[in-house]
Amino acid sequence: MSILPPSQKIWWKEPIHGIEMMWIILALIWCLVLFLWMPYWHVYGKQNLSNESYKTSPEQFEAKANTMAKAYTVRTDAKSNTPVVHPPAGSDVYMLGRLWQWWPILELEKNKTYRLHLSSLDWQHGFSLQPTNINLQILPGYETVVTITPDQSGEFAVVCNEYCGVGHHTMLGKIYVK
Amino acid sequence: MQKNDNQESTQEEEAVPGMQQLLDNPFMLLFLGVMFPTVFYILWGIMEIISIPAVK
Amino acid sequence: MAAKMFRQCPDSGLFFHKSAESLMKAHAVLGVVYLLVGGFLGLLVALTRMPSLHLLSAEDFYLALSIHGTAILIFWIIFFEMAVLYFAASTLLRCRPATPAFGWLGFLLMVIGSTLVMVAFFRGNSSVMFTSYVPMPAEPIFYLGLILFAVGALIGCFIFLGTLVIAKQEKTYDGSVPLVTFGALTAAIIAIFTIASGAVILIPTWLWSLGFINHIDPLMYRTVWWALGHSSQQINVAAHVSIWYAIAAILFGARPMSEKVSRTAFLLYILFLQLASAHHILADPGVSSTWKVFNTSYAMYLAVLASMVHGLTVPGCIEVAQRKKGFNNGLFEWLKKAPWANPVFSGMFIAMIIFGFIGGITGVVMGTEQINLIIHNTIFVPGHFHATVAVGTTLTFMAITYFLIPVLFRRELIWPTACKWQPYIFGGGMLILSLFLLGAGTLGVPRRHWDINFSDALLQFQFAGTAITMLGIAGFGGFLAAVGGALFCLIAVGSLVFGKRLDPGASLFSSFGFPMASSCYNVERPGKLGLAPVEQTGDGGVQAKGTFVLALVFLASFVVYFFINAKYLSSIWPMG
Repeated sequence: MSILPPSQKIWWKEPIHGIEMMWIILALIWCLVLFLWMPYWHVYGKQNLSNESYKTSPEQFEAKANTMAKAYTVRTDAKSNTPVVHPPAGSDVYMLGRLWQWWPILELEKNKTYRLHLSSLDWQHGFSLQPTNINLQILPGYETVVTITPDQSGEFAVVCNEYCGVGHHTMLGKIYVK
Repeated sequence: MQKNDNQESTQEEEAVPGMQQLLDNPFMLLFLGVMFPTVFYILWGIMEIISIPAVK
Repeated sequence: MAAKMFRQCPDSGLFFHKSAESLMKAHAVLGVVYLLVGGFLGLLVALTRMPSLHLLSAEDFYLALSIHGTAILIFWIIFFEMAVLYFAASTLLRCRPATPAFGWLGFLLMVIGSTLVMVAFFRGNSSVMFTSYVPMPAEPIFYLGLILFAVGALIGCFIFLGTLVIAKQEKTYDGSVPLVTFGALTAAIIAIFTIASGAVILIPTWLWSLGFINHIDPLMYRTVWWALGHSSQQINVAAHVSIWYAIAAILFGARPMSEKVSRTAFLLYILFLQLASAHHILADPGVSSTWKVFNTSYAMYLAVLASMVHGLTVPGCIEVAQRKKGFNNGLFEWLKKAPWANPVFSGMFIAMIIFGFIGGITGVVMGTEQINLIIHNTIFVPGHFHATVAVGTTLTFMAITYFLIPVLFRRELIWPTACKWQPYIFGGGMLILSLFLLGAGTLGVPRRHWDINFSDALLQFQFAGTAITMLGIAGFGGFLAAVGGALFCLIAVGSLVFGKRLDPGASLFSSFGFPMASSCYNVERPGKLGLAPVEQTGDGGVQAKGTFVLALVFLASFVVYFFINAKYLSSIWPMG
């Protein structure tokens, strides 16, 4: 009876019965597999989150994004009045989150590797690239650097998936891959 | 819910194993249960956050 | 000296101390109030996310979602858990509670704190969600309310520990504390860590909201806050697993397959369960992979091991007890002949199965460092925790309430047919909700989002049609679950008010928090709680073979689901 004190005063020496022992061993093996899978994926997997990030300030980050946009803007998205930026293949690219947009729109080349820098100018945001489905937490004051290699061409949306106030559901960005 | 007299008398003299003593000691468990996550999760985490470099 | 302060429940044989009993009732009733509030807003949230209905306006939706999360994840469960702690220490150990006056102080602080938070919400300027991530501000009384609530709960935890000390000193029991009390101790320890972490982060945040501090680091906030936010849900795990053991003992006379194994599993919870707060930081910048891998895996998944052990031993001990009663045919006669019409059993068993198969597996999969990249902040996350908290914890608490209304409140349950079906309606609805949220989340649908069609946005994006359909079905599941939840609240409140009195002392007011007529308390000191009777288990190892088969099915599902997600991860853009 689990609602009564154990029937033996010294219960630590009770034998463990066969089925329980077998289950503990099976479960432990699976736990070790799960655990080792993570370092394994760091070495052999192609999708990892880099540990590269910096403390920054909204002003610093905005300046960098502006510099990039000024240099490489190819056109402007009319409806949202957002520049579409086509930075050189393999370069450092910037995208900032603020209430309520991802800025600027990026145009990347397929199978080229970019260093994507992300940060927020105000509250916390969630960088959710759809439909490929990559999700990152974006914080003000921190610059995340992710090395990405778009391997599909097409139009991708950046949905904000961290609640950021009453306009949250209108916050979208775009990445075109050519 | 009845008592078990024979069990009691034979086991009274036997030494309680260390692990059972630990599991019977709520304050030791409280200490461990607060210390482990404080050290591994909070303190280690805060140290990492503090040591993030400033952007160049 | 020594007034007569105990009564013995003639149906269950349990002893209730007058002040502990009143405290239990008060906490449980307040818990149900918050379940009602939070559950109703949950229904509105579900109907808003149902694309064809889209019930609330954006502003109301974010408000409703903030209240739903806080009222359920903090207020309902912690109020109820305080009642569980008084039960596990005072009633199970036949002991007077330590400092009942402080118990009332704690209760009062919890009431004031939770009321302040509700006031802050309804004033409309604190729709910051359960997580209240800085630098999005809430009103100062929001943080103050949470702090007061936490202090109140902390007092409850220390009274629990104090009661254990008194029970030991006054020798109210023989040997070690019962397994259920040990599980409650695990919950109390996790609660103390949780609440302390909450204080560490919420006090500065409160000062920040008042303007005394000018900056709270968002990453620091997230890391420490999740030691509160996630660990608070680990209190639930320890509490509801204890209740599973309690129900197995109460209904079947089941004894743990092995005290040593079950208690060691609880020890693994005490040491490692709280590390899983890191699940929320996996997609964050700046914290190293080493920290993430160690913490997200609860130090090599040792707490998962513990849950898998409980997952075997709880049904296992029921199987052994049932087989002893003669339900010995084949692998599953013990399960078929279980009292499926008794909501105490059906609630607990449904909770356990859905908690393990859906909640447990999805929790570990999304807590894998890299797999989190395809899941973080998608609606997969609420899909997971509706299986763990809404079914695992809430349905377990509902199940034990069906036992407590006659035993603690001394009222007969009204509407026996409704009682019989309620766990199936609630559990079934939540199962549908969970599965389809998990599905939509896999397709990338964000959580906490008013409009995934982006009708007011300047840019456009269209989620897959399947995702929209799944949200619709999830909304239906949410509606069904709300019906089940409402039925529970009606039965609980209705039984307290109109249920047949099982004791002449159980008057209307004496059911709510106040003690029963003093004539009920006729025991000065209950007899010493003896050791459980020794049982001849014989070939106990062979006896739980049905459970072992279930466990193997569980393990196989776990492995398959994990590798499906690993495969999915390998299909996204290469990144590093």
